[in-house]
Amino acid sequence: MAQPGNKPVFAPWNDPSKKPLIQFKNVTKKFGEFVAIDNLTLDIYAKEFFALLGPSGCGKTTLMRMLAGFENPTSGTILLDGQDIAKVPPNKRAVNMMFQSYALFPHLSVANNIAFGLKRSPMPKQEIPARVEEMLRLVRLEQFANRKPHQISGGQRQRVALARSLAKAPKLLLLDEPLGALDAKLREDTQFELMDIQEKTGTTFVIVTHDQEEAMTVASRIAVMDHGQIIQVDTPDKIYEYPNSVYVADFIGDVNLVKGRIGASDGEKYSINWAEGQPAIKAAGPAGIAPDTECHFAIRPEKVAIAMEKPTDKPNALQGRILDIAYLGNVSTYHVELDNGIIMKAQMANNRRISRRDLTWDDHVWVSFTETAGLVLVK
Amino acid sequence: MNFRRLFLIATPYFWLLALFLVPFLIVFKISLSDTAIAIPPYTPTLDLSGGWASIKSFFSELDIENFIFLTEDSLYWKAYLSSLQIAGVSTLLTLIVGYPIAYGMAQSSDSWRPTLMMLVILPFWTSFLIRVYSWIGILSNEGFLNQFLQWIGLTSEPLTILNTNYAVYIGIIYTYLPFMVLPIYSALEKMDGSLIEAAEDLGCSRLSAFWLVTFPLSRPGMIAGCFLVFIPALGEFVIPSLLGGSGTLMIGKVLWEEFFNNRDWPVASAVAVVLLLILIIPIILFQRNEQKQREADQ
Repeated sequence: MAQPGNKPVFAPWNDPSKKPLIQFKNVTKKFGEFVAIDNLTLDIYAKEFFALLGPSGCGKTTLMRMLAGFENPTSGTILLDGQDIAKVPPNKRAVNMMFQSYALFPHLSVANNIAFGLKRSPMPKQEIPARVEEMLRLVRLEQFANRKPHQISGGQRQRVALARSLAKAPKLLLLDEPLGALDAKLREDTQFELMDIQEKTGTTFVIVTHDQEEAMTVASRIAVMDHGQIIQVDTPDKIYEYPNSVYVADFIGDVNLVKGRIGASDGEKYSINWAEGQPAIKAAGPAGIAPDTECHFAIRPEKVAIAMEKPTDKPNALQGRILDIAYLGNVSTYHVELDNGIIMKAQMANNRRISRRDLTWDDHVWVSFTETAGLVLVK
Repeated sequence: MNFRRLFLIATPYFWLLALFLVPFLIVFKISLSDTAIAIPPYTPTLDLSGGWASIKSFFSELDIENFIFLTEDSLYWKAYLSSLQIAGVSTLLTLIVGYPIAYGMAQSSDSWRPTLMMLVILPFWTSFLIRVYSWIGILSNEGFLNQFLQWIGLTSEPLTILNTNYAVYIGIIYTYLPFMVLPIYSALEKMDGSLIEAAEDLGCSRLSAFWLVTFPLSRPGMIAGCFLVFIPALGEFVIPSLLGGSGTLMIGKVLWEEFFNNRDWPVASAVAVVLLLILIIPIILFQRNEQKQREADQ
């Protein structure tokens, strides 16, 4: 990652002297026969905005509920600030959770919802109103203090839930699909607001989501999960540009996956034989993959160029026919059927009005990409 | 064009008019009449064949002396007060017995709920009268309860329960329990389980989470249940006359005796009209509670 000048980079995970705030050590959770979390080890650092991303049923919610204290691991340990929290009940943990349904108390006003946790904390009674006021200001709901939850909008409810869970200044805030109930536009605004609040309060956030775009936007690091295991943990850009497996590449964003076998190799450069009578794809990958290994070549559609003429400057150029064009406003995605029937997606930014009029259905075109544009994945 | 709508609205109103307002007016009219040894046992009766003059004399004969009589004889206001007390106490006891049952039902797994619900409703399959009679067999001096208590050695002498107010309380609690359990259950059942988790997450123990979240959220159900028990219990007649003793004073029983033993229809009607007026207050409060609940649900 290119970082500007000498500005300090927030990357405690690269600093061996930093102690993680949360440590999962070989944690397994079973519900009867079903293994929800499978021997999982993970470190999360203070002040991180950490996203657990995966399809439903992958174990991300279970992981979070174990942090909140609603579930206990079947085996393994979870450390919070170096302390085993297995025996600590939810009401004694310095962890607060924002529920997917918000779980606002319908019989209490907005202000009393926010004060609920404070009243059960050692905080002196006379300091509570000031703290509630402060939280209301943080989420910009000062004028709604006396409303009941059913008298405010969904977006406002979401902010009350956030304020309530932050009021006790927890070491760790858990967010369970916090934006799931909001519409697209509001969700986008709220994502930035969440990041803002996370920065202001300096709280460690762990967010559970199935929305990869949301995870990419808000998180400092993302853990991609599947079947109770973590497949990859990395920063959003690394996850996107350097997925470690076909699963991650496919789960995050759009990708072209071509199955093939490693042919000739030269250090980190490989040529991949992927189809009879087609030129081998030249691509970069991790060193040391044995020849004839079965692999996938993965390339993002925006890294594939499309042209009428065969480009001379790209090492990889394949001929095909335009099958479909998806016009998305800012970009267009072309589905190009290669000669052997494989479909490759190529994306072009529509940076001129009515651009690319020259490409249309059934045109014979060339798709091309550089050696480093794609990845060789063996997992 | 609006005939259809008019018809839809008119139907329930007609129903109320025919089955509630008209009978009430008849009872009210009888309460203003005098007793007579006749069929029906009161005067005056409206005779339209006499024309305008007979209608006029009919109205001139009506008076409120029966209501004045109710205030003069201490039996009546004592019966009203005693009914209020018995209904109030047994409503409270029904709440105490019913709440844990409703809570247990709401906490049970989804597969058990229909069965438990069935068990609550099951007594309605038998006649109410038969069920109250069977309590005589349980509560009498030689009944099952006393036999059991003596068998386990808790008492040596049989307890006198039947024909006391205790038996009336037991009868009312038993009979009206489903009316208490069902509204509380429905309030608890629709409660979002994550509210309790949220309360615990914010520092509540299990008990305080129940007290601060579950209990206030089930209040509309409790209020509804209390009215559903209190209102019919106030005018209850069968239970006090079968299970209660001579000392049990309830207005429903007084009403019965006035009607059938004394054949004093006008005084009995006056008792009924006053009872209805007393009941209107809790009924209005009940409706307000329901209305508020509906607004909160939206």
